[in-house]
Amino acid sequence: MQDIKITIIDREGEEHLVDAPTDMNMNVMEIVRSYELAPEGTIGVCGGMAMCASCQCYVLSNHELPKKSDEEEAMLAEAFYVEDNSRLGCQIRITPQLDGLKVQLAPES
Amino acid sequence: MINTDILIIGAGPTGLFTVFEAGLLKLKCHLIDALPQAGGQCSEIYPKKPIYDIPAFPEILAGELVDNLMKQIEPFQPGFTLGERAETIDKQEDGTFIVTTNKGTKHRAPVVAIAGGLGSFEPRKPPIANIVKYEDHGVEYIIRDPEMYRDKDVVIAGGGDSALDWSIFLTDVAKSVTLIHRRNEFRGALDSVEKVQELKNLGKIELITPAEVVDITGTEKVEAVSVKRNGEIFNRPCDHFIPLFGLAPKLGPIADWGLEIEKNAIKVDNSLDYQTNIPGIYAIGDVNTYPGKLKLILCGFHEATLMCQSAYQRIHPDKRYVMKYTTVGGVEGFDGSKKEAPKAVVKAIE
Repeated sequence: MQDIKITIIDREGEEHLVDAPTDMNMNVMEIVRSYELAPEGTIGVCGGMAMCASCQCYVLSNHELPKKSDEEEAMLAEAFYVEDNSRLGCQIRITPQLDGLKVQLAPES
Repeated sequence: MINTDILIIGAGPTGLFTVFEAGLLKLKCHLIDALPQAGGQCSEIYPKKPIYDIPAFPEILAGELVDNLMKQIEPFQPGFTLGERAETIDKQEDGTFIVTTNKGTKHRAPVVAIAGGLGSFEPRKPPIANIVKYEDHGVEYIIRDPEMYRDKDVVIAGGGDSALDWSIFLTDVAKSVTLIHRRNEFRGALDSVEKVQELKNLGKIELITPAEVVDITGTEKVEAVSVKRNGEIFNRPCDHFIPLFGLAPKLGPIADWGLEIEKNAIKVDNSLDYQTNIPGIYAIGDVNTYPGKLKLILCGFHEATLMCQSAYQRIHPDKRYVMKYTTVGGVEGFDGSKKEAPKAVVKAIE
């Protein structure tokens, strides 16, 4: 398995091109945490169960993403700063198909 | 005044297991939790989710884990103050601490163990610049007394069960009820959604979707909210604005206790005993931080175990004690129960 490249724009607007492993069962939220692109305690608060919106991000590339689960839909319905391209980072699993993915972290709320 | 040896703040898995480890050392525990039942997040948020990394349990539901812990600590007869949030802590001259809850319940102990997990769950506040100014002056995040809204114009925001249910309820109390949601679809119980639809058709609820409240106006109290819909902003006069967007964990009052906070968690000495910068106050489980920290239930169990040894020395500085295996010493409950391995019978064979 190979790493893929994804671009993450942090909450300060800075772009980070990072390597993301496809064989570690990781998701976008975990990648953000592993590279410390957002202060600890401000992202992935619920641990990745779609029970908070601290990892909300805007998908800026045209990748086909997995369909939103009911839990993710429900959380985004309650979250703030939600846009049409909002997703929960914890629900986007890193797969080879996501090479080149570009996301921007939503503001902290 | 409730007196105990170790006062545990937080009744999640780590807090519950602390009772067991303390019990082995003949230390009594009392737990405070803002939630109405023990178990923390495991009971409140994901009781039906399986957990796979509890040693010796290939799979266990979060709710089952809590049930097992409650059974395990039963012999040690812990006390519980549930549905109350630990608000203040005061150190006494004799070295003990008095912790008072938001409802005024006082607890005294020589050792306080903060096992607060992610913190206490508080209402999520919408990002409206001046909302804090109107809190308790027309803005409420939780409905405590529906009579407060009798014959008033009420605006509710949100799209979940809470927003739907209170909109339905308040139609019999308030002068008018307006429900505002960012989407056209509501994600609540189907019968609640249908009931709101019915009340809308009867003119008892005004539904404004897809829309958001973006501002609040009023001199002393809420007089109107500004609603943004399809790019246009209009005013909606009202007496109360009730945003119902669920709960989010916050460290809460503990953050003001003079403890060293780092990365939104309580810094502890993990090389020794998980004590905070205030001697006698420990922090264990997800609420603490130290180099290499992992927020795992199994780590919380480990931290609780080490913490109890240190707490024992603090409470009984003149006593000597060595850790015993339960296979050797068994478990002697405060309720008179005793569990121990059966003694082997040694008999000579002639």
